[in-house]
Amino acid sequence: MEFQIIWFVLWGVLWAVYFMLDGFDFGAGMLHNFLSADEQEKRIIARTIGPVWNGNEVWLITAGGATFAAFPTTYALMFSYLYSALLLVLFSLIVRGVSLEFRENSDNPGWKKGWDVGIFLGSFLPSLLFGVAFGNIFQGLPMDADGYHGSLLSLLNPYGLLTGALFVLLFLVHGSLWLAVKTSNGLAEKAAALAGKIWVALLVAAVAFLAYTYFATNLYANYLNNPVLLIIPVVAVVSLLLIRVFAARGAYLTAFFSSCITVVTVTFTGVIGLFPNLIPSSLSPAHSLTIYNSSSSVYTLKIMTVVALIFVPVVIAYQIWTYRVFRHRTTAHEVSGPHEGAY
Amino acid sequence: MDVLALSRLQFAVTSMFHFIFVPLTLGLSILVAYMETRYVRTGDETYLRMAKFWGKLFLINFALGIVTGITMEFQFGMNWAEYSKYVGDIFGAPLAIEATVAFFLESTFIGLWIFGWNKLSKKTHALSIWLVAVATNLSALWILLANGWMQHPVGYTLRNNRAEMIDFGALVTNTYGWLKFFHTLLSGYVIAAFFVMGISAFHLLKKNDLDFFRRSFRTAATFGLVSSLLIFLVGDFHASEVAKTQPTKFAAMESVWETKKGVDYNLIVIPDPANERNSVEAVTIPKLMSLLAFGDRQAEIKGLKEFPTNDRPPLLATFLSFRAMLVAGMLFVLLTLISFIVSRGDKLDSYTTFLKVMFYALPLPYLAAQFGWIVAEVGRQPWIVYGVLKTSDAVSRAVSHTQVWASLIGFTLLYGFLAVIDIYLLTRTAKKGPETGLSAISTARTQEV
Repeated sequence: MEFQIIWFVLWGVLWAVYFMLDGFDFGAGMLHNFLSADEQEKRIIARTIGPVWNGNEVWLITAGGATFAAFPTTYALMFSYLYSALLLVLFSLIVRGVSLEFRENSDNPGWKKGWDVGIFLGSFLPSLLFGVAFGNIFQGLPMDADGYHGSLLSLLNPYGLLTGALFVLLFLVHGSLWLAVKTSNGLAEKAAALAGKIWVALLVAAVAFLAYTYFATNLYANYLNNPVLLIIPVVAVVSLLLIRVFAARGAYLTAFFSSCITVVTVTFTGVIGLFPNLIPSSLSPAHSLTIYNSSSSVYTLKIMTVVALIFVPVVIAYQIWTYRVFRHRTTAHEVSGPHEGAY
Repeated sequence: MDVLALSRLQFAVTSMFHFIFVPLTLGLSILVAYMETRYVRTGDETYLRMAKFWGKLFLINFALGIVTGITMEFQFGMNWAEYSKYVGDIFGAPLAIEATVAFFLESTFIGLWIFGWNKLSKKTHALSIWLVAVATNLSALWILLANGWMQHPVGYTLRNNRAEMIDFGALVTNTYGWLKFFHTLLSGYVIAAFFVMGISAFHLLKKNDLDFFRRSFRTAATFGLVSSLLIFLVGDFHASEVAKTQPTKFAAMESVWETKKGVDYNLIVIPDPANERNSVEAVTIPKLMSLLAFGDRQAEIKGLKEFPTNDRPPLLATFLSFRAMLVAGMLFVLLTLISFIVSRGDKLDSYTTFLKVMFYALPLPYLAAQFGWIVAEVGRQPWIVYGVLKTSDAVSRAVSHTQVWASLIGFTLLYGFLAVIDIYLLTRTAKKGPETGLSAISTARTQEV
């Protein structure tokens, strides 16, 4: 197989795993203020993602780094064309990080309230903006030989916003299932009930997205040429439905795994539709950034393939181990008393 | 200011801010890991309290290092798209490797360390902080190999309108990158040593928890002395490498105008860039500069006049920063040597004047590190990749004046806010001192269950 194709697939995998992992952090972060009845429940919610969000975010840094190393032209143009949008993502992620880290450093209610807003915005804005960004990439960016002809406002078109809403709802369902699994008693029940409600909205958004995609993008062309690929969107739809089935039976862990599969296959549904483009041009296909016209040399791709084949499995192994160490439900006992660890 | 100037300013602001937090992480992670290991080996609970107290300060600092680090990766594409296109083939690789081999390790095991006190065995818990320490140092290696490539590009060829990698081995074994790595690493160790000694001095002066802070101070003094001595040695190698590979930077660092053989070293120099000369050159040591730069008293050193004005770096910033770093480096050796000696016995808290000096010396290695980066980055100008690509050709074309103004203001406000929070938290935590006995020990007990 060509190295460009290997890196295209890896590029998709990095984004998909990132959304699968940080997706529930975002979901939990968005719900942190609204699902909790009191300070203790807030601390429990934050604690469920405390040990893992940082490691999850590195998938984004690696996705960025991999784009740089494997497709430098795409990296350069995507980041400079989407300057303002990415700046907002960046600020939001910074705010989320410090909010989660510094919230427990003082018992002053004003201090906590401030960081609570940070946790919400730092979780909501990236969810929305990543959706908007990918929606616009699916449609293609207005770019030609003269460069880019869009702006921050032109990204907020109906299809971009719909994709943004899809991401927000997907992460909300994903995050509430995470909380149903990782917390206990009343809080877990509230989270489970909420997951069921938001799921309905998610289903509506997903149907709208699939239909609108047909009109707004070229994503379906690859599937029509190669129907076997349809397995991915079919799995996405089936796993989305299974979330409901398992949740209704109280099997929240299985429902959570279904939503993991949903996030991954939804991402891949888009990525496969893009192939061989990384960013299509909405003005003329000749100016699309493809895996061929924007890739690194084969030599670099080979080196990077070796690095990825050795280290990514190691990363996956120790991250799974971390999830096992923290597999228990977070209890009230754990977040009461003197703040353990170092915060 | 145009987009280029604004982008340069923004990169300077964000990278200098980022580099307030990173170097402390490099050294303090090792010190905390050492303290926890001592606790695991000996069962001495003072070491556990030390690991927890210094660990708390480490984490406040670490959080900001992480969040400001993402900015660095994003900015290459956002503001320096032409650079990223031109050199991404070779420069992207070490960045991606850094994320894969170091960031994951660091970010995953820090979570285990913070929240794993009651969930991991004592040994596994100590191993977690060691892995964090290894990962932060490893991350420094890859990013400095990347920076080393910008300083002294190797293993590439110009093809398809860009620099393409042809020899990964050359990139990884680039002497420039390795010297920069050791130099930066050691500067981080010195920062950590002064950080621990400075805060310990504060408490020793107040007679708080004497045994705890004496031990902390002593550990840091040893670490600091070894690092200060080594940094001098590495710094010397590094300067020779600069003389060999970046003649314009070297000439600016030393304010050398004329190309000559057997160049003297002047302890006191006042440059006069307007007239392309030095107005004062005094306290001369004959032939020393040639000797230091090339190990040969007769060696030729190229002066700035050898190069077209457009190819010379800003002289004053490079020269003054280099001198300031040098003076600071000498002070570090002196101060850590005294620290090492006075911390041997049990009388450390009676050296009140010296403890005051050490408290006020806390920011000094931070400043030295910032000066070092000014020498490295300003001294490389007008090149972004020395001899290959000019900074002015590297800036993004699609980004407007307004966008960069907005982002620069945004960064300044956000980072200013973070700096205030950080200083507040660090001061408060440092002043409060370690947990007194009971709660720290009870956590240790539950950990054994």
